[in-house]
Amino acid sequence: MEPDERARAGLFLAFQYPVELPGVNTAQFLRTALNAHRAARGEAELEALPFLKLVRTEMQKLGMSEEFLSRSVNTGFSGGEKKRFEILQMALLQPTLAILDETDSGLDIDALKVVAQGVNALRNPQRSFLIITHYQRLLDYIKPDVVHIMAAGKIVKSGGPELAQQLEAQGYDAVIRNP
Amino acid sequence: MANPQAAPEDKNFATLQTLGELGDSYKYGFTTKVEAETLPPGLTEETIRFLSAKKAEPEWLLQWRLKAFARWSTMEHEPTWAKIHHPKIDYQAISYYSAPKNFTEGPKSLDEIDPEIRKTYEKLGIPLAEQEILAGVQNPTNQAKANPIAVDAVFDSVSVATTFRAELEKAGVIFCPISEAVHKHPGLVQKYLGSVVPAADNFFAALNSAVFTDGSFVYVPEGVRCPMELSTYFRINERNTGQFERTLIIAEKGSYVSYLEGCTAPVRDENQLHAAVVELVAMEDAEIKYSTVQNWYPGDENGKGGIYNFVTKRGACRGARSKISWTQVETGSAITWKYPSCILEGDHSVGEFYSVALTRNHQQADTGTKMFHKGKNTRSIIIAKGISADNGDNTYRGLVDMAATATGSRNYTQCDSLLIGNSCGAHTVPYITVKNSTSKVEHEATTSKISDDQLFYCAQRGLAEQDAVAMIVNGFAKEVLQKLPMEFAVEAQKLLGISLEGSVG
Repeated sequence: MEPDERARAGLFLAFQYPVELPGVNTAQFLRTALNAHRAARGEAELEALPFLKLVRTEMQKLGMSEEFLSRSVNTGFSGGEKKRFEILQMALLQPTLAILDETDSGLDIDALKVVAQGVNALRNPQRSFLIITHYQRLLDYIKPDVVHIMAAGKIVKSGGPELAQQLEAQGYDAVIRNP
Repeated sequence: MANPQAAPEDKNFATLQTLGELGDSYKYGFTTKVEAETLPPGLTEETIRFLSAKKAEPEWLLQWRLKAFARWSTMEHEPTWAKIHHPKIDYQAISYYSAPKNFTEGPKSLDEIDPEIRKTYEKLGIPLAEQEILAGVQNPTNQAKANPIAVDAVFDSVSVATTFRAELEKAGVIFCPISEAVHKHPGLVQKYLGSVVPAADNFFAALNSAVFTDGSFVYVPEGVRCPMELSTYFRINERNTGQFERTLIIAEKGSYVSYLEGCTAPVRDENQLHAAVVELVAMEDAEIKYSTVQNWYPGDENGKGGIYNFVTKRGACRGARSKISWTQVETGSAITWKYPSCILEGDHSVGEFYSVALTRNHQQADTGTKMFHKGKNTRSIIIAKGISADNGDNTYRGLVDMAATATGSRNYTQCDSLLIGNSCGAHTVPYITVKNSTSKVEHEATTSKISDDQLFYCAQRGLAEQDAVAMIVNGFAKEVLQKLPMEFAVEAQKLLGISLEGSVG
């Protein structure tokens, strides 16, 4: 499957470093993406007005201001703004599986809470999240079901939320060396 | 963590493949079967006498043409400074006149247009009927309902129809084929023809002055704001013919007019020549907005065929506070050689140039503008966006000239190039001359590439590659597209998308 097909099939990847698209209006970008998903599901295109209503509701939840809609995708966004925009896209596209790749890196505590809120709000039995992180911090707000430790490209240890806490207390070396 | 954002490695290969499938992406390549009266190829004084007689032109115009021809005959070759390459053009192998048969004089009433020609324009999305435009039947955009557009349709060498003339006449605006203006408004034509682009200005302008056949004439009287958009639609149909149109627009004191032109041609293996001249004159406080969406046949993916578009466009801001604004979207033609310019004579006059030029396959574009600042406190702005894909070669060439008299004048130039793939070219060649100490000239230039990361990001949001490219390119060109009249901005956006389908690298 091509990346765009995978995305339309319900896979979402939140980027660590979302790329800038100068001149590409955020609202237009979101609507085009949403309509690509809707078309794949055989749903009708969402017109501009209902779309705006929808996107405004979602933005409010994430504490994003209106002026986001008149900016260019990720262009001149602060680190926190970029991450919020990723979460907004996730909220709109409603994926079945979302991969968050170090979405918490470089975030201040407020932005971190927003990301966590976004994830928690979408959490339901029909949807899975794969959250990639180096720190326990994010897991104070998102309670994981399963924790895997990956080292050198392999999953070396799996467990429940307590594994992350153990990591935080003892460090990677200690946890990996003592299975 | 391994980098999940790396794009698939075979993207270039896939791109090349998609490119190969794009042979028929030019939507306007059909031919109209209409019996034509076409002059045999060749150019001599006799050809010019024939053309002039065909339109029963006054003696002064025949002499003007002959003089231009004499000058052209002494010019040995085309200008060589542009960054374009083409085989030698044989000017004796071109036919200088082709018109649908039974076409006797200027446009007849709209009902009498040859049905084949009417169909041609309908296929092109240009309805040659007034009530249909008013009802918005033919036009896909809703805006068209509210804003009818007057159309002058030029088919090969002749104008076949001009719509909304009566309504324009009520406002005092003259909008008609130039061949008709020669008879009905001889004073105006004689006064202004060649007054901005002299007959022997350059090789192609001299050729055009000798052999021009039709084009539009616009006159907006003092204080009149033209009540609707005016447009001319140029279509080359006949094989082996050149199109040499001539457009003249005069805006009297305090008037305003917005004019736009569109161009298409059938798919053909041989190259066809299009050498037009456009002259604009803006008097005190007048404003002319001139927009072009040029989509001549660009040639195939191997660079075979396509239109040679060698055009001289120039406007004179004669009066104080006058303004001339050029906006162009150039997606077609095998070669584009074109520098819509402004001569800013009036104090406080303003010249603007907004351009998007797209080259792909083997297309070449050498385009830009010249801003001659002569009056005091004159201002000009140049925004040029070049997009190159495949083996396309795109050059911005522009002159900003601040004369000694142009004290307190300002220019701002911004040239941005966007590259798609690894074998295209983008070049920026600005010329700046300043002869006074109080003027200010700014030049900014950027070059960027559509990156795999950008495409991958869009793909992750479910956007197909061609939609992503169209979106990024339109974002790049937005500043310019916004300057087009609403209906055409929408068309131009689609055109950029279609023209680039499958060109990602």
